[in-house]
Amino acid sequence: MVSKQDKIIHEVTQGEYKYGFTTDIEIDVIPKGLNEEIVRLISEKKKEPEFMLEFRLKAFRHWKTLKIPSWAHLKIPEINYQDIIFYAAPKQKAKLNSLDDVDPELRKTFDKLGISLDEQKRLTGVAVDAVMDSVSVKTTFKETLAELGIIFCSFSEAVQEHPDLVKKYIGTVVPYTDNYFAALNSAVFSDGSFCFIPKGVRCPMELSTYFRINASNTGQFERTLIIAEDNSYVSYLEGCTAPMRDENQLHAAIVEIIALNNAEVKYSTVQNWYPGDKYGKGGIYNFVTKRGICRGENSKISWTQVETGSAITWKYPSCILLGNNSIGEFYSVAVTNNHQQADTGTKMTHIGKNTKSTIVSKGISAGVSQNSYRGLVKVLKKAENARNFSQCDSLLLGDKCGAHTFPYLEVDNNTAIVEHEATTSKIGEDQIFYCNQRGIDTENAIALIVNGYAKEVLNKLPMEFAVEAQKLLQISLEGSVG
Amino acid sequence: MLKVVDLKASIDGVEILKGVNIEIKAGEVHAIMGPNGSGKSTFASILAGRDIYDEIKGKVIYNGHDLLDLSPEDRAREGIFLGFQYPVEIPGVSMVNFLKTALNQKREYLGLEPLSASDFLKVMREKKELIHIESQLTNRSVNEGFSGGEKKKNEIFQMALLEPKLSILDETDSGLDIDALRVVANGVNKLKSKENATIVITHYQRLLEYIVPDYVHVMFNGRIVKSSGKELALELEEKGYDWIKNNVYGIG
Repeated sequence: MVSKQDKIIHEVTQGEYKYGFTTDIEIDVIPKGLNEEIVRLISEKKKEPEFMLEFRLKAFRHWKTLKIPSWAHLKIPEINYQDIIFYAAPKQKAKLNSLDDVDPELRKTFDKLGISLDEQKRLTGVAVDAVMDSVSVKTTFKETLAELGIIFCSFSEAVQEHPDLVKKYIGTVVPYTDNYFAALNSAVFSDGSFCFIPKGVRCPMELSTYFRINASNTGQFERTLIIAEDNSYVSYLEGCTAPMRDENQLHAAIVEIIALNNAEVKYSTVQNWYPGDKYGKGGIYNFVTKRGICRGENSKISWTQVETGSAITWKYPSCILLGNNSIGEFYSVAVTNNHQQADTGTKMTHIGKNTKSTIVSKGISAGVSQNSYRGLVKVLKKAENARNFSQCDSLLLGDKCGAHTFPYLEVDNNTAIVEHEATTSKIGEDQIFYCNQRGIDTENAIALIVNGYAKEVLNKLPMEFAVEAQKLLQISLEGSVG
Repeated sequence: MLKVVDLKASIDGVEILKGVNIEIKAGEVHAIMGPNGSGKSTFASILAGRDIYDEIKGKVIYNGHDLLDLSPEDRAREGIFLGFQYPVEIPGVSMVNFLKTALNQKREYLGLEPLSASDFLKVMREKKELIHIESQLTNRSVNEGFSGGEKKKNEIFQMALLEPKLSILDETDSGLDIDALRVVANGVNKLKSKENATIVITHYQRLLEYIVPDYVHVMFNGRIVKSSGKELALELEEKGYDWIKNNVYGIG
């Protein structure tokens, strides 16, 4: 007996990925493959100083000695690195001083994505640094922020204009020896954001970056570095879209955050990379190393993410709680549908005294997807009075998907208090019927219930993102409900 | 308003309803009583459109519609309301959000403009006052952490808000103390009108002292076996269901 609800549940994804279009502009690419020559070529094209090239080469040589890790709960098809282009920049004439200088095709792309580089953006108070295929196109509001001493520019630009800062901090949170993809990124990173908030400054607007992968077979290797000096504050938003492609695209980014005394950094992500089609073909591989170090006393780093895209997601935004009284937070909603796979979570390492960490992870699985939470709470011997609260919930839609939880607790100090809660639930047929009986159709019922489930995390997002995130949740579960 | 002809239904191969016949007109209150397992809740659930039954045979005409052809949400939008015997919890979904979505989907179905958030809150306030329901109930997630009595009151509150044409109250009185019973009954009575109708399913005559029925039916073994006026409820109370059994089957 197949009830009507079963029929809806077994329906495949209907909503078309609406960002699946491409831009026809000239792209400056280098030949496929990865070897020392390519690394040098990348550095040369970006006109980097010597120290940057050295950094890349060391990382590349180290990467060659490594093998891709295999411990994740993921099935990853073999990646042929010689079949990937590691650099693609839209050809531009010269430095861009005003919006008129931006390639109109490029502008159209960003308009389609709903990002206006116009001064209108100023009204919403968001400064946007738009990245297109490895190169930052324009940074708005640079001047406004510069007045406060805030540096917000593309990573490439930072390497040129603020090499001392970059040299001081790059690789200090995620060294190239950290893992396979960190080494790869450190060798071939393309571009990303650089953000520096000087002492005592509270950044007055949310800083945001929009990523886009365009040319086929280009991996995108963003590198982002955020430095918050003593008593500063910044809220940073990261949102991504990608076009429809048949070939898988590799995305191995690194984000490093440094928070000094009494500083606070809020990093929010709404991730919408192409997840592959309903048969599991295509889609982005999202292998990311994100880590923040609460170096100063009373410092705080919060990660908030809504992940709905990518064919394979492998990331653990983490916090190292070095400074006394520092706080680390991780709020996440990760959705997998159809054939998507996710192995994601966080690592909270308690080193200083009186440190606190909070983990709230909400996984939602549908279709035949596999969604795993992997988290580590580590309390070192000298970490007096550490506190951790973790809550990992899984919501299963349908009976063909999987939700897995791998929590690790390593506590070496007996004054620590570590709490862990985990629930697994599904949307009950009786809950759906209750909604139906009140006049709410099944798709809306599921949207209501899923939003209610994810509310705790969605509430942590900056207002601008919260609405986009809600819509995204709905789209990603449209039709393929379970 | 509602005409049920020879309604039969089975679940997992077992026939539960064996030919139910009943007719309900606007402005009427019908009580359905009967022993456990007689099919009262099944009947309510089938009218509401629950999809777990193998085969449903017979005819159900509701205001000119073939009711069995409509989806549960369309039945609701056409004005059918089921007060659940065991209302389910929906954590994380606020009552306000839930009811606003329900009301606006109904309005869309009827070709009306949706209510804005502030208009909706106004309506909510009016209905709360109308049936004397406490604010805390409506500030929480749907039925989350509600006591049995609170859940039943919440059903009546939703009924007030959705203004149904045909309300089916499935053992609304079970688990209620006298005060809660009064609140629920008052609410139902306040909402009664010449344009709508109510089916009250209950075991006990007590509720029917507060919600006075025009007709009382007794369901037994998947059929309505006896129908009469409100005195029938008192007779049942005195003589018990065995009396019905004997009457129907001529046993003993």
